[in-house]
Amino acid sequence: MKMVAGIIILVLYHQMGELMMNWLEWPIPGGVFGMLMMFITLLIMKKPPQVIGQSSEFLLRHLAFLFVPAGVGIMLLFDLIKQEWLAMLVSMVLSTFISLGFVAWLMQKLIKLQTLKNHE
Amino acid sequence: MNDLYKLALSFWQGQPYLGVGLTFLVFWLANKLYQKCQFHPLLHPVLTSIIVIIAVLLFIQVDYATYFNGGQLIHFFLGPATVALAWPLYQHFEAIKKIGWSVLSAVLLGILTGATAAVYLAQWLGASTLTQLSLAPKSVTTPVAIAVVEKIGGNSALTAGFVIITGILGAMFGPAIFKLLSIEDDRVKGIAMGVSAHGVGTAKAWQLNHTMGAFSGLAMAMAALMIAFVLPPWLQLLGIF
Repeated sequence: MKMVAGIIILVLYHQMGELMMNWLEWPIPGGVFGMLMMFITLLIMKKPPQVIGQSSEFLLRHLAFLFVPAGVGIMLLFDLIKQEWLAMLVSMVLSTFISLGFVAWLMQKLIKLQTLKNHE
Repeated sequence: MNDLYKLALSFWQGQPYLGVGLTFLVFWLANKLYQKCQFHPLLHPVLTSIIVIIAVLLFIQVDYATYFNGGQLIHFFLGPATVALAWPLYQHFEAIKKIGWSVLSAVLLGILTGATAAVYLAQWLGASTLTQLSLAPKSVTTPVAIAVVEKIGGNSALTAGFVIITGILGAMFGPAIFKLLSIEDDRVKGIAMGVSAHGVGTAKAWQLNHTMGAFSGLAMAMAALMIAFVLPPWLQLLGIF
C-alpha cells in the first residue's frame, strides 16, 4: 500500500512537470522537470518520507522493463535500419568509445588539478 | 481453428491484455536467461525481449499499434521513473558537493562530446537527419533520452534501441578502454561509465567495484538531469536541430 502511495506521488510530480513545461512552453521534458522539483523537495525536507525512497528504488530497479514497449517500436523502422544500419552502428560504437575515453581522461586531469589546489 | 484464431485477434485488438501479457512473459524469461549466463552484456534482457517480442508479433501477425494498446500501460511509468532519479541524486548529494565543479564539468562536456561525435559520424556516413537526431541523446538513461528526442524531433523507438545498444557497448568495452588509457582511479572510471553508458554501464560498474558503481550511478543521474537543458540548445548551435 505504501509503495502505491509513493508511486502516486511520483506520477503527480511527473504530471505537474508536464503541465508546467506546457504552460511555460519550455523544451524541457516534464519528467526531467519533475525530477528537478522532486530533488528540491527532498533537499528542503530534513527527513524525506521513506515511501518516496522505496518506490523510487522500486521503479529504478525495474527501469529496463519499462522501456521494452518503446523499443519494440523499432519494428516500424525496418526500412530505415536496412538502409542506414552501418552508419548507425559505426556512429554508436565510435562515439561510445570517444565518450568513455574523453570523460575518463578529463576527469583524471580535473581531479589532479583539484588535489594540487588543495595542497597549496 | 483458423476462425477461432481470427476471432481471438479481433477480440484483443482494442484490449491491453496482449501487449501487457506478452511484455511481462517475454521479459521474465529474458531475465532468467540473463541471470543464467552470469549477466553477459550481450544478453541484456531488454535487447532479447525486444527481438523476441517483434518476432512473436510478426509471427502472429499483430501490428505495433495493437501491441502498444497494452504496451502503453507499461510505457506510462517511464515518466514517474524519471522523477525517481531524483532519489539517487539526493542520496549522493554530499559526494557531489565534495568533488563539485570537476564532476559537473566532466559530465557536461562528456554529454556534449558524445552527442556531437555520434551526430557528425552518422552525418559523415550518410545517415538521415532523423537518425542523427535520434542518436544525439543515446548516452543517457532511456526515459530521459526518449523525452529529449521527442522534443528535438527524432524517433523515440530508434532512440530506445540506440540507448540500449550504447549501454551494452559501454559495459563490454569500457574496462578495456580504461586499461588502454591506464586509468586506475575507480571514481574516474565510474563517472566515465555513467556518462557514456547509463544504467547498463552502471550495472557493470557495480559488478566490478562498489566505488565505481556509486560514482557511475551518480554520473548517470547528473547526465540525465543536465542533458535536457543543454542538448537542444547545443544542437541548435551546431545547426542540426
